[in-house]
Amino acid sequence: MAGSVLTIKDLHVEIEGKEILKGVNLEVKGGEIHAIMGPNGTGKSTLSSAVMGHPKYKVTQGTITLDGEDVLEMEVDERARAGLFLGMQYPSEISGVTNADFLRSAINSRREEGKEISLMKFIRKMDSQMEFLEMDLDMAQRYLNEGFSGGEKKRNEILQLMMIEPKIAILDEIDSGLDIDALKVVSKGINEMRSEDFGCLIITHYQRLLNYITPDHVHVMMQGRVVKSGGPELAQRLETEGYDWIKQELGIEDETVGLEA
Amino acid sequence: MTTEMKLPFDQEYITSFSKEMGEPEWLTELRVQSLEKADTLPMPRPDKTKINKWNFTHFNKLIVKSDEFKSLEELPEAVKPLIDADHSNSVYIQRNNKPAYLKLSAELQEKGVIFTDMYTASRMHGDLLKKYFMQSAVKADENKLTALHAAFLNGGAFLYVPKNVTIEEPIQAIFLHDDAEANLFNHVIVAAEDNSSVVYVENYISTVDSADSKVNIVSEVIAGANARIQYGAVDTLAKGVTAYVNRKGLAGRDAQIEWALGQMNDGNTISENVTLLQGDGSYGDAKTVVVGRGDQVQNFTTKIIHHGKNSEGFILKHGVVKESATVIFNGIGKIEQGASKSNAEQESRVLMLSEKARGDANPILLIDEDDVTAGHAASVGRVDPGQLYYLMSRGIPQAEAERLVIHGFLAPVVNVLPIEGVKKQLVEVIERKVK
Repeated sequence: MAGSVLTIKDLHVEIEGKEILKGVNLEVKGGEIHAIMGPNGTGKSTLSSAVMGHPKYKVTQGTITLDGEDVLEMEVDERARAGLFLGMQYPSEISGVTNADFLRSAINSRREEGKEISLMKFIRKMDSQMEFLEMDLDMAQRYLNEGFSGGEKKRNEILQLMMIEPKIAILDEIDSGLDIDALKVVSKGINEMRSEDFGCLIITHYQRLLNYITPDHVHVMMQGRVVKSGGPELAQRLETEGYDWIKQELGIEDETVGLEA
Repeated sequence: MTTEMKLPFDQEYITSFSKEMGEPEWLTELRVQSLEKADTLPMPRPDKTKINKWNFTHFNKLIVKSDEFKSLEELPEAVKPLIDADHSNSVYIQRNNKPAYLKLSAELQEKGVIFTDMYTASRMHGDLLKKYFMQSAVKADENKLTALHAAFLNGGAFLYVPKNVTIEEPIQAIFLHDDAEANLFNHVIVAAEDNSSVVYVENYISTVDSADSKVNIVSEVIAGANARIQYGAVDTLAKGVTAYVNRKGLAGRDAQIEWALGQMNDGNTISENVTLLQGDGSYGDAKTVVVGRGDQVQNFTTKIIHHGKNSEGFILKHGVVKESATVIFNGIGKIEQGASKSNAEQESRVLMLSEKARGDANPILLIDEDDVTAGHAASVGRVDPGQLYYLMSRGIPQAEAERLVIHGFLAPVVNVLPIEGVKKQLVEVIERKVK
């Protein structure tokens, strides 16, 4: 089967009555890796939360579809089961629920009753992915993200990505707060996922992640819109020259939407 | 408290009941004296819960007739899973007020361990029982309800572990409430002499859907020097049952008392769990989980009192409240003068699942000594929408996400219950109650 397509058209999103996204257009296909770059407060994280369906974000205009299905009609869990995944910037800590139990529930939520993944198969898969991500195997039995360091949480997001195998993943600042070794491991995980059946939208401030993952498309967000798109060379230019040249080109004075997003 | 209280049974009745049971004189006397004192003693005063309209005292029958169980095969289906046939070599089962089944392994008998029902204990081990029975931990004249308890005593168990005896396998007591007219005045004593150790687990289980029963439970847990007692309990008394539960421990020098209490009653409940850290270097750990539902009102006071130097006390309570139930947590760490280098820590958390649910957590530290450490944490809140969003973003449906969060919230206590079957039961009870 060919890869899935996530289509975002003219997306407007409000939070607490304030409009943050002002007409985002974007299409991510299986086999593609997109990077969205841009300074703080330009709406990047809002975009990821709106796609996943965070209850605080209200879509006021536009559409999001996955393979033609209306994503906006779906609950958060339905979106996930339809094939979307969001690697979060600040993953929640959940006491008393082990990483392994949580992941097994997540995988089984995609399977019919009576067809749950066998415990042995699950453990084998989890062990091998954890080894691949150079994670301590004890982390399977630790409570979900509780007491994890910043780097451990990010690795754990990638572990979930690899276990759940979504069609389209959005990774929100998966690189922030990582040292170079952790960054390499996280990149290794994302690269491992690369295939015709997997599309990925990476949201980042920094070019350095893109040294390890070569994107097919790079987009720049400002003022709640995608203002510029290009290939990997765009990321290179942003790294050396910053964002000012884009602002000048487009006549933008303040790139933010007035909210830390 | 000046409310007029008519007691259902008088001195004459109590005396003849005691005689009929073959009880030693001291116990008959204690019953009679306590009945007298009950008139004037005040009711317990649980902080933040008004109980003046609760009925702890009006009931018709002190004893109901119940049959014994000839073998474990005869147990009701609800009770069978609690008993691990391979490992439960020492079990006492009480059916309403009737000692219905008892087994104590030959090995433990040889070592001098005593485990029997309260009636037999008073007949066969009267002098030993007297040493402990409402002497040092819970006093009969503590309040009106402890006095009534002494007067109306109609069941319970006595567990005695001699010096230097270590018991590996858990000792189990099951108090089955299958008669809606039964009233339980159960007394449990767990006494561990110096350098001994024991794990005791009890279940209070109703198999009737609802009952107007009065339950008045007192447990006394006495750990000699360097002894260790782990005390686990799962209470699942039915709707309508009014319960007063007083579980109190007394720890000698370097002794340890650890409580793991799953308090899952469906009726109104007042619970006190007190640990007296009498000896230097003693240790007390009180873990409690609670689920409140329907319109029940429950009040849980957990108190650790430090007398000994270098004593350590830990209180951990987690409660989930749904529908229009009320759960009040009072946590008290008290360090007496002279208990230097002691440490009193407590944490109480209440998770409310509905708009009408009421929860409260009151941490109290009372410290009369300078050279100590103490800390408390308390929170009352609703399910964190951020947590649900995170779980759902992985495909887990909302109901399952809530279930995970609730089980996770209660896990710190559930996971330390010492008998697998009982732990499983507690998980199932929680499952049923939070659905």
